[in-house]
Amino acid sequence: MPRTDTDRARAPRRRAAVRLTALGACTALLATGCAGAGGGGGDVEGGGASVNVLMVNNPQMLDLQKLTASDFTKSTGIKVNFTVLPENDVRDKISQEFSSQAGTYDVASISNYEAPIYGKNGWLAPLDDTVAKDPDFDQADILPSMRESLTGADGKLYAEPFYGESSFLMYRKDVFEAKGLTMPDRPTWQQVAGLAAKADGAEPGMKGICLRGLPGWGEVMAPLTTVVNTFGGTWFSKDWQAQVNAPAFKEATKFYVDLVREHGEAGAPQAGFAECLGAFQQGKTAMWYDATSAAGILDSADSPVAGKVGYAPAPVVRTDNSGWLYTWAWGIQKASKHQDDAAKFVAWASGKGYEELVGKKLGWARVPAGKRTSTYANADYLKVAGPFAKATEEAIAGADPRDPGVQPRPTLGIQFVDIPEFPDLGTKVSQEIASAIAGRTSVDAALDKAQQLAEKVAAQYRNG
Amino acid sequence: MTGTSSAVTEEVRGRASVRAVAARTAGPGRAAAWARRAPLMPALVFMVVVTQLPFVATLVISFMDWNALYPDRRGFTGLTNYADVFGDADLRASVLTTVWLTAGVVLVSLVLGLGLALLLDRRFRGRGLVRTLLIAPFLVVPVASALLWKHALYNPEYGLFNGALTWLWQLFGSERPPQPDWITSMPLGAVGASLVWQWTPFMMLILLAGLQSRSTEAVEAARVDGANAWQVFRFLTLPHLRRYLELAALLGSVYVVQNFDAVFTLTSGGLGTANLPYTIYESFYKAHDYGRASAAGVVVVAGTIVVATLALRLVSTLLKEESS
Repeated sequence: MPRTDTDRARAPRRRAAVRLTALGACTALLATGCAGAGGGGGDVEGGGASVNVLMVNNPQMLDLQKLTASDFTKSTGIKVNFTVLPENDVRDKISQEFSSQAGTYDVASISNYEAPIYGKNGWLAPLDDTVAKDPDFDQADILPSMRESLTGADGKLYAEPFYGESSFLMYRKDVFEAKGLTMPDRPTWQQVAGLAAKADGAEPGMKGICLRGLPGWGEVMAPLTTVVNTFGGTWFSKDWQAQVNAPAFKEATKFYVDLVREHGEAGAPQAGFAECLGAFQQGKTAMWYDATSAAGILDSADSPVAGKVGYAPAPVVRTDNSGWLYTWAWGIQKASKHQDDAAKFVAWASGKGYEELVGKKLGWARVPAGKRTSTYANADYLKVAGPFAKATEEAIAGADPRDPGVQPRPTLGIQFVDIPEFPDLGTKVSQEIASAIAGRTSVDAALDKAQQLAEKVAAQYRNG
Repeated sequence: MTGTSSAVTEEVRGRASVRAVAARTAGPGRAAAWARRAPLMPALVFMVVVTQLPFVATLVISFMDWNALYPDRRGFTGLTNYADVFGDADLRASVLTTVWLTAGVVLVSLVLGLGLALLLDRRFRGRGLVRTLLIAPFLVVPVASALLWKHALYNPEYGLFNGALTWLWQLFGSERPPQPDWITSMPLGAVGASLVWQWTPFMMLILLAGLQSRSTEAVEAARVDGANAWQVFRFLTLPHLRRYLELAALLGSVYVVQNFDAVFTLTSGGLGTANLPYTIYESFYKAHDYGRASAAGVVVVAGTIVVATLALRLVSTLLKEESS
């Protein structure tokens, strides 16, 4: 007895030991990373060139990792060393690595949030010349809004997209038919609210619409900010005045919060992308406004709602479209000693040939789509993505990161403001919004508090 | 028994005797004392290197303006970060949240753990199996347990709680069972409940160890003298368990204060559930503000040390025993 008891009491310590071991493993990884850099462009594999890549652990990246050796390395002789981490960790590590400019990693996966900021900090090598020299890559084939969102304020291109997404409205065609409802070709938010009211309870336990409510700048703030844009609101005016409790922002937020409270999913303050995906697949909601990348999952062979889903553009009020824009893209570190090899890797990973390769080897459903016009003209891809391919392409093409609202903006960004302070600001504000959705505070009080936070950020930009 | 508590007192006794030896004999005695300490030195050095050096680094960074996304601005700013930390309403709120969450979880799991330990102290068929089952929640990875609570239990659409309500109401022929939205209606309670489930077995184990080291003779004698069950519990068992209760509360508090998984998974810090670890995580990962996050960390460590010392001085018999 006694012995087991003290052992149990030590179990948490064992957990700590596991953590320490993990830390040690990470440090070891770091060390190998440094060794890989060779301190001065020396190659790891005697004779062969190599490129170090730091990337997020999304499924598309893991596919890439699998296909690299047998395809890219085989044809170019360049060995690729991957370091793969979850999103939060990868962001943190990339900003540490790139700010120190040690040249440890040649290529990193960055999103369109980071690309302009890193470019401005001088951490990324501009790709304009590289692209111009490579006609096979066909830069004109990259969707214009993607190019735009990866271009810095100085007009230089800082990254090449690997895959991209926008947002649109997904709805259950069969439920709409049964209730005699029609989805307009280009719905407005008011129409969607009306449809949500009518579809609410169409089947037992089915709500009208699923909208994210989970706190986080990349969770509730993303769809909410697109609603704010189309209602005519903005976070900041052109001359850096915070506009978070201005009438348009308030109207949009009230609309969003009321819609979720009246006809949205249960447990909304804890519902993010994953929870809404589950709700929609289980028939708990008739509509869902979210990322275009969800469509591939909803219409996959093993999805219970496959074939029953209709797709409409992101609802609007005062703008022509309101879909967001997000992409994971490849940036090359400025201090990298292997610029040419890194550029070859990027050209391969973001190229047309790679999409073909994935389609043939792993199936067309797993192609990193949403970045090239040619993808949406590919018959093989359309066979798999038919129901949502056109809607996705239009949503991405229609997104304008420079002008997403009704007024000029001080910086890039549709569902975020492209400044280093936004993740923190957006997350803090999102917690107020979640409280409003939970009914613990009013929208007015939440936005007044948010305005103070935003004003603090804006003041820094006004003064310098 | 002879568990952690006696290890603590042993250590205290050891330290006291070393000090006594050192005090009694100046000169060569000191060498003897050092000779006795020498085997411990590598461990001490290792401890200092792995625990204190990172803290010193944190301390240094806390006086710096260091935001990962503003590489040109890095430099020393004096006390700016500390001013930010003390002026940050969110951080102040998260201190209170942490206190409530820790106190609540530790107290509730202590009471439940005591009840379970008393039940398990009897002999019955299948006791080993029951004990193993009761320990299980403590062995679940914290983040997995949080996910389980969020989706399998609390979820208003397909969670077990609302499913159970539906089933109960159907027994009485009602079609409209109440379907409360658990996390939204009581966020801190929901986070607390999942932690209580995790930490009750821990408390139970420590108290069970304490119960099994009780002398049965005293209980027999009390019964012969006509004491009823309550009196035995009140005047024999509880005083004997005091040290174990304190130890369990102390260890439990240390771990629950640091809890991150439940808040992160269940609510993402929304609805007033952001505790200190979560708030610091946000300033580190979301704001990339290493200076402010380090300052917050330092303040938390300082506060914890003060509170822990006071609490131990006031209530604990753990460290007093050998002081004579």
